[in-house]
Amino acid sequence: MEVIPALWEWFTRPEVWHGPGGIPTRLAEHIGYSVLALGLAALIAVPVGLITGHTGRGGFLAVSLANVARALPTMGVLLLVVLLAGIGLLPVLIALVALAVPPILVNTYEGVRGVDPQLRDAAQGMGMRGRQVLMQLELPVALPLLLVGLRTAAIQVVSTATIAAYVGIGGLGRYIFDGQSSRQYDMMLGGVLLVVVLAVVVTSVFAGARRLLVAPGIRHHTTASS
Amino acid sequence: MATVLRERVPMGEDPLIRWDWVWNNLDDPILALLLEHLHLSLVPLLLGLGIALPVGIVCARWQRVYPWALTTVNILYAVPSIALFFLLLPYTSFSLWTAIIPLTIYSLVILLPNVTDGLRQVPDHVRQAAVAMGFGPIRRLVQVELPVATPAVIAGLRVAAVATISMVSVASLVGLGGLGQLILSWGFDRQFATPIVVGTVLSVALAFAVDGLLVLTQRWLTPWTRMAAPRRGPRIGGGDRWR
Repeated sequence: MEVIPALWEWFTRPEVWHGPGGIPTRLAEHIGYSVLALGLAALIAVPVGLITGHTGRGGFLAVSLANVARALPTMGVLLLVVLLAGIGLLPVLIALVALAVPPILVNTYEGVRGVDPQLRDAAQGMGMRGRQVLMQLELPVALPLLLVGLRTAAIQVVSTATIAAYVGIGGLGRYIFDGQSSRQYDMMLGGVLLVVVLAVVVTSVFAGARRLLVAPGIRHHTTASS
Repeated sequence: MATVLRERVPMGEDPLIRWDWVWNNLDDPILALLLEHLHLSLVPLLLGLGIALPVGIVCARWQRVYPWALTTVNILYAVPSIALFFLLLPYTSFSLWTAIIPLTIYSLVILLPNVTDGLRQVPDHVRQAAVAMGFGPIRRLVQVELPVATPAVIAGLRVAAVATISMVSVASLVGLGGLGQLILSWGFDRQFATPIVVGTVLSVALAFAVDGLLVLTQRWLTPWTRMAAPRRGPRIGGGDRWR
């Protein structure tokens, strides 16, 4: 099978662009699950990472828990929750959040821990309180690493959200599973290509965020470690 | 399908784990699948390392290759594992290679930046000392640069090991996948929670065991890192770098 003509043929069919099984709908579902999961994971992981990193207390526990979550097989989490709670958004969200929390948490924590102690001393010498040190010094300095964590999580979530199709709630994985079961490899490859394009878009969004949000003074500092 | 599932799961009556099932099936599916899981994760890790070392050496020496290699590898990383398993099925059918090849690619993706950055971060004075002692390029690489880069390489291996071990289960969708089969065909397909819990817990335990072994390997391979007392040195490889 010639891959590129077959893909072109599939993408130019009018029916793949319309209706409930069309690319716009599937793409919206996929992005919806991914954004929701990433947002929830960030809501959990960023505060925990910032606070444990700032106080130095509970950091070991948080990182250990993150490592357990990192070792969790997504299939096990997903199918267990489906079995217990039935099919729906919940199992997919739980599996994806479990996937996204560890990289965000660990990178945020490491980012805050890695702030030069002299900077922290200087901030305290200027009369900053704990919260001010955290928000005005530690968060901006840790931001590049935090963004790396978010980006890693986002790419993993986008790529793993395909499994949502296995428990029947759509997304781009639909094309991959349907293409496999009906031997329509053009459809399957189309689905793969869409997921990869989405991941590339995610990467460039984070590159843009880094340019916009990270202070110019520390930007080149962290390129080596990202 | 949702209603079917809800009807067939008598929640509350069936406990999350039934120890009698675990006890009766300890040898046959459980241990056998655990060993298959180990096999399906170790082979890709070793293959990934075997490819990442030469490619990383090339990337560290000819710096212009690196961005290209990194981009290629990052795009491969974004391909969903399930898609790679499906795409390989027509060629490798249900042999173990269907799982091994994609998992090798993922571990390569994680290892390559660590190998390259580890080699690049060898301090210049160390390299110059080796040259001054009359080391040729190959001897310098093998006896000086690779040992200095070992902590970074092992940091990468640890991340790759945990990622691979947790990803093997996805291969159960193509009939492989070690403990994933416990999760999917013994558990989910029969609406029985115990094998899912057992498979998940064993997979996590396996990840920790392999991770622990890698930590010990690093201590054994790089005894000098323990003697350098100051904890806040330059962080080679960066704790949890993922890629």
